[in-house]
Amino acid sequence: MAGMRAPLARVRGLGSAKEGVEHWWAQRLTAIALVPLTLWFVYSMVALTGADHKSVALWLARPRNAVLMILLLAATFHHTQLGLQMVIEDYVHGDAARLAAIVAVKFLAVLLAVGSIFGIMRIAFGVIG
Amino acid sequence: MTARNRPLSPHLQIYRPQLTSVLSITHRASGVALALGTLLLVWWIAAVVRGPDSFALVQHFIASFIGRLLLFGWTWALFFHLANGVRHLAWDAGLGFDLESTTVSGWLAVAASAVLTLVTWLVGYVMLGAF
Repeated sequence: MAGMRAPLARVRGLGSAKEGVEHWWAQRLTAIALVPLTLWFVYSMVALTGADHKSVALWLARPRNAVLMILLLAATFHHTQLGLQMVIEDYVHGDAARLAAIVAVKFLAVLLAVGSIFGIMRIAFGVIG
Repeated sequence: MTARNRPLSPHLQIYRPQLTSVLSITHRASGVALALGTLLLVWWIAAVVRGPDSFALVQHFIASFIGRLLLFGWTWALFFHLANGVRHLAWDAGLGFDLESTTVSGWLAVAASAVLTLVTWLVGYVMLGAF
C-alpha cells in the first residue's frame, strides 16, 4: 500500500486524513510530561496541607516551585483541551454545536492557563503581600 | 430504502461490561472530572494572589464536607487517570497489548489508584495532626 503513494505524500506522512498526528503526538507528549509533574504536584499539595497564606505564597514564590507550577499548568491545560476536544467530537452531534463547544473549550483552556500562570508570576515576582 | 434502515453497529447496552471497556470509559470520565477540577486549582492560585482573606475562603471550602468529598474524588480521578494513562503509553509503545496483559495492567491501575489515594489522604490527615 505504501508503494502506491507518491514520494512527496510519503515524506509528508499525513495519510488520507491529512491531519490528526499532531493532536495524537501533543497528547502523548503532555501525558509524559504530566507523569512527573503530577506526582510532584500531589506531593507538594500534601506537604502544604494546613499551611497558611503566607507559607503557601512563600512556597509558590520559590523559583523551582514557580517554574514547575507554570510547567504543570501549561501541560495540564494543553492536555485537558486536547482530551475534551476528543470527547466533544465523539459525543456532540451537529456541526454547529460541535464547533461551538470545541472553540469554547479551547478559548477557556487558554484563558485559565494564562490567568493562572500570570498569577504564579505575580506571586514569584513578589507583587503580592 | 431510506437512510434510516441502514444497518447500525449494536448499541452499547448490548455488550456485557468488561474490565477493558469499563476502564476505557472511566479514563474518559476521570479526564472530564479532572478538567472541572482545574477550576479549583485556578481558584486556589487566584486566592493566594488576592491575599489572606480570599485564601481563607478557599481553604474553608476545601475543608468543608462537600470540599473534602470533591477533593477525595479528584485525588482518585487524578491517580486513576495517571495510572491508566501510563498503561495507554505502554500500549502506544506496543507493550502489553494482548488480552491477558490488559487484564493484569487494568487491575494494577485500579489497585495503584486506590492505594495512592488512600496513602495521600492518610499523610494529609497526619499533616493536620489528626493522629
